[in-house]
Amino acid sequence: MSTMRKILRYELRDVGRSRAVLLYGVLLLAMTHAVVYFGGGGARAVLSLLNVILIVVPMVSLVFGTVYLYGAREFIELLLTQPLGRRPIFAGLWCGLTLPLIVAFVLGVSLPFLWSGSLGRDLVLPLALLLVSGALLTAAFTAIATWIATRFDDRASGMGAALAVWFLVAIAWDGMILLVVATLGNLPLQLPLLGVAMANPVDAARIGLVLALDAPALMGYTGAVMQRAVGLWGGLGLTILALLLWTVLPLMLARRRFEGKDF
Amino acid sequence: MTALAHAVSRGALALVPAQGTPVRVHHLAKTFGRLAVLQGVNATFQPGRITALIGPNAAGKSTLLKCILGLVRPDAGLMHVGDDTVGTGADYRYTIGYMPQAPSFPGHLSAREVTRMLIDLRGDGATLDDELLSSFELGASFDKPVRTLSGGTRQKLNAALAFLFRPRVLILDEPTAGLDPIAAGILKEKVRAARDEGATIIVTSHVIAELEELADDVVLLLDGAVRYEGTLARIAAEAGEPRLERAIASLMLAERPRP
Repeated sequence: MSTMRKILRYELRDVGRSRAVLLYGVLLLAMTHAVVYFGGGGARAVLSLLNVILIVVPMVSLVFGTVYLYGAREFIELLLTQPLGRRPIFAGLWCGLTLPLIVAFVLGVSLPFLWSGSLGRDLVLPLALLLVSGALLTAAFTAIATWIATRFDDRASGMGAALAVWFLVAIAWDGMILLVVATLGNLPLQLPLLGVAMANPVDAARIGLVLALDAPALMGYTGAVMQRAVGLWGGLGLTILALLLWTVLPLMLARRRFEGKDF
Repeated sequence: MTALAHAVSRGALALVPAQGTPVRVHHLAKTFGRLAVLQGVNATFQPGRITALIGPNAAGKSTLLKCILGLVRPDAGLMHVGDDTVGTGADYRYTIGYMPQAPSFPGHLSAREVTRMLIDLRGDGATLDDELLSSFELGASFDKPVRTLSGGTRQKLNAALAFLFRPRVLILDEPTAGLDPIAAGILKEKVRAARDEGATIIVTSHVIAELEELADDVVLLLDGAVRYEGTLARIAAEAGEPRLERAIASLMLAERPRP
């Protein structure tokens, strides 16, 4: 078994037993159950969940990831004093952090749909996309948390950076886009703004899901532009691509820092 | 590293007599930002000896140890652990056991799982030192999650892990911090036994009396450079002070710029 898989095996046990991860899964389960039960299931339930998930998943992934990695710093140092390469240690740590969060998310969101029997054929694509987007958002934001933990030695600075990133992508980004549209609305900004929206993983996930749900009222400016420009499947492909890039790029930067870092 | 040396270091061939593994540091320099922490450090840590690495705060002790362990990459200089050059691969760490000052283990794993993890990562051949575990009375705590263990018990686990692979080089950073007097005594005996078996032992501590009791040699770091390297007896003779603490203070005062 490779070094990375050995580290992953023990990391999964450690993170998987964490009360925070368990609580996260139970909260998602309770929230989804409430939405499905009171909202009557169907596309409306997925839409209601979407808005909560786009806020909660990045926040939990960033904060839990950053706290966990700073807490594990001394143990990471102990691992680095073993006859092991830095790359498999890095890969094992990130996967061990990310997979339990993804499992908690997927179980928490999908189980209420399954046991309530409200999973109709028309809901398969939106729910599948919701799960894939949530999993990719988790991966992207744990990758960003990993980059933050390797970039800032000081724990308080790292936590501040994590919260600032969350505020920017989950709250402030849309406001900035609206401000630009309101200010420069007479200019041909459609495609540039689409690019700006895709540069935010939360917006990318939102646009993809709203396209899948075919909900024009919620599509917003960038969603409508995307549907016109590339259509449903093109838009979904772009969403997945954007989320994958948001996972791979921070992870590559973090790995580079980790491999050259003085501990 | 040869296959035989590899097997010996991993404890797979425990009957083969341990060969001496000196740790040599040549002209080591490290700067963090504008702060020159190590400025051309030269030192040799001999096998079969316990060497106390001492110096005031910010003298560069931790940075030197981290350079040897591969945690910090020096700007200049060379380090050798036995025949291996530090920085050319990770294999030389098969020979090293490290006891960090502030141990931190995955909190939801048991002490047994943490131990098993390190054994899995380093390969076969490692066995837990049952004698050390029983004298530390660690058995009852071995299946509890690490986060539920007291600081002292974690430090005992830390010590047990440092000795886990019968290392030929032991790096102990404040090893008795947090240990009760009985456990500290057991650990010191274990360190002396390792020394008698030929291990190279580097130890740092702020408790000078403890180093005086344990160490054979002293490397004194001041402002990132070695100011003294030799036996305990010689430092006392040179400083004209019988006690190590006073001898070091005397050397440090002599180094201070005069007003």
